[in-house]
Amino acid sequence: MNEMPNIEQATAMTESKISADKVQVYYGDNHAIKDVDIEIQPRSVTAFIGPSGCGKSTFLRTINRMNDTIEFCRVEGSIRIDGEDIYDPKVDPVQLRAKVGMVFQKPNPFPKSIYDNIAYGPRIHGLARNKSELDDIVSSSLQKAGLWDEVKDRLDEPGTGMSGGQQQRLCIARAIAVSPEVILMDEPCSALDPIATAKVEELIDELRENYTIVIVTHSMQQAARVSQRTAFFHLGVLVEEGPTDNIFTNPKDKRTQDYITGRFG
Amino acid sequence: MSLFWLILIVLAIAVTGYVLGRARALSSAGGERSALHSLPSYYGANVAMKSAVPAFLLLICWLLAQPFFINSTISDMIPDSAIAEGSSRGLVLAEVRRTARGLDNAVASGAIEDDFASNARADFNDVTARLKEAGQIVTSDITQPVLRAAQQYRVLVASGNFYMSIAVLLVAIAGALWALRETNKDFRARNTVEQGIKAILIGAASIAILTTIGIVLSLVFNTAEFFRLYPASDFFFGLTWSPSFSGRGGSSELGIIPLLWGTFYISVVALAVAVPIGLFAAVYLSEYASPKVRAVAKPLLEVLAGIPTIVYGLFALLTVGPMLVSVFGDNGLGIMKAGTAVMTAGLVMGIMLIPFVSSLSDDIINAVPQAMRDGSYGLGATKSETVKQVILPAALPGIVGAILLAASRAIGETMIVVLGAGAAARLSLNPFEAMTTVTAKIVSQLTGDADFASPVALVAFALGMTLFVVTLGLNIVALYIVRKYREQYD
Repeated sequence: MNEMPNIEQATAMTESKISADKVQVYYGDNHAIKDVDIEIQPRSVTAFIGPSGCGKSTFLRTINRMNDTIEFCRVEGSIRIDGEDIYDPKVDPVQLRAKVGMVFQKPNPFPKSIYDNIAYGPRIHGLARNKSELDDIVSSSLQKAGLWDEVKDRLDEPGTGMSGGQQQRLCIARAIAVSPEVILMDEPCSALDPIATAKVEELIDELRENYTIVIVTHSMQQAARVSQRTAFFHLGVLVEEGPTDNIFTNPKDKRTQDYITGRFG
Repeated sequence: MSLFWLILIVLAIAVTGYVLGRARALSSAGGERSALHSLPSYYGANVAMKSAVPAFLLLICWLLAQPFFINSTISDMIPDSAIAEGSSRGLVLAEVRRTARGLDNAVASGAIEDDFASNARADFNDVTARLKEAGQIVTSDITQPVLRAAQQYRVLVASGNFYMSIAVLLVAIAGALWALRETNKDFRARNTVEQGIKAILIGAASIAILTTIGIVLSLVFNTAEFFRLYPASDFFFGLTWSPSFSGRGGSSELGIIPLLWGTFYISVVALAVAVPIGLFAAVYLSEYASPKVRAVAKPLLEVLAGIPTIVYGLFALLTVGPMLVSVFGDNGLGIMKAGTAVMTAGLVMGIMLIPFVSSLSDDIINAVPQAMRDGSYGLGATKSETVKQVILPAALPGIVGAILLAASRAIGETMIVVLGAGAAARLSLNPFEAMTTVTAKIVSQLTGDADFASPVALVAFALGMTLFVVTLGLNIVALYIVRKYREQYD
């Protein structure tokens, strides 16, 4: 009986796409993330939940080094993607971000046409050799994001003119277009209405087949609907992590229990 | 009663009204503040406002209208025969005003008595002599009609001022009494004061607009006068600028094309310097620089904007000009004859414009939402790719606005041109030759001895009008561009 958890952990180690080990994040003197260890499974959806300011978004942003753009932010510990330490000096954060895409809280399409929004990433990374290859990337990305039928006749219209839900799916399509392996989503539905949210959640569920998805969400229902594993953060500490069903039906930690039953947060 | 005292008295009435209004409101509520509709100070402010504002408005209108009225009255007194050959009614009227002022000053200093100054039978030779004795400036000898008119002018001004004082004070008191009468605990003083404040703000906004209209009108009348004396087609299409100050401008050639060309050429050189440097500086400051560098560098760059243009002019004359000559002059490439040239003025003007472009662009780039940068970095773009493909396109309308603003400054710049580019109006493609601009010529046309009614002087207004139209056009284009592209990045 004693051996079992160790074996389970070991198999998880070998399979995991992202593995964080003793990650610390400081904003100046503020210790925002403390000792986070987590294994994230490939081709699955992992949800980060927790009250506001618990560090779940901060931790998400360490996975593609978006925190590098913040002056006073410092990261310690190691985060490995496919066994490679992404904070190694040899790693180019710009290359990393092409591999680990990100979708933000508020839809942020560029003030360009729908086509140019999708083509932006492939163009800067030189993924298409000619116009027709680029066209293919654009159409397949839009198809994967379930947006193709809605926009195929108006690809040259500005992306900012679409509805909020369409804009967010456009941003997901934009992230897909550079063929990432991991997609990070920072509360992707918090600015959307319930119908648009349902569409995005459906899309996330479909994308799980090809991508490793990490989603930060405020909505526990959303975490329950879309994720296979859930991690609960509180005050910069990873309190509990496990299969979503277990977290919601049988949490081990009292703080998790209190949070999911709505006692705080 | 002098204007100063009149204003003080009106203010005193307003202050008294404030105190009375406050007290009256409180007493109408039986001393209980909570029974009042508004705070007591609002009742006071209502009274003060209703006494001071109409009184001051009347004062301003009266001060503006009185000279017109008096001038037309005086003008009727001067027979056509009294206007000398080559002179005009306006010049004679100016003489009248000058004489009246001379009489005023002489009376004030005690050199002549008031009775003598207003004596209708006084001899003009005598008056002239006495005025000269009193040290008053009398340009040409006073003639009899001028003296009579001047005396009448003094009478009209004195009585006008007297009636003005009475009317203004009456209005102030009436306003105060009216406002006091309506003061009671149910009166909505707060709302009334709010309306009054709105009216004052509207007034301030309209003054700015009315001034613009006034400026345009003053230009239009003089420009029309110029075109009466000089054919418009020669002005707009003439290729030579050679005003002749003698002979009433009869032999002058006043073509604007060389001046416009100079203005355009120097502005283009200036913008070619200022736009890239300013824009790159702005991109560095807003995207690359650390907060510490930015905190030091941005104010330093903006110091450039505070340097008076005459200092830039000296810089052009003493440093940049000779430096260019040493490279392009006879000892160097041999294409530059003197330090004053389009290139000299353009370079220095470009340096002057750098902070305009950089400061405005920096603000605009900072206004691009962080979400745009995040989106781009999140896709694996580098900083320069993000700047080039996301930030600059999003900030473009604002940047175009900043550039056009800088262009307006360049077109309107005078001192640097006077010192750096020379005074020769020339049509040439060589940027190392001296040229001049519209503004520099406006200065030289108006600062000479030329008669104000001659085309040589009046051309300044036509030049000013042209400049005004050009910059107005630029601003309209700027607004159009900004509006057209604004929607895209919200």
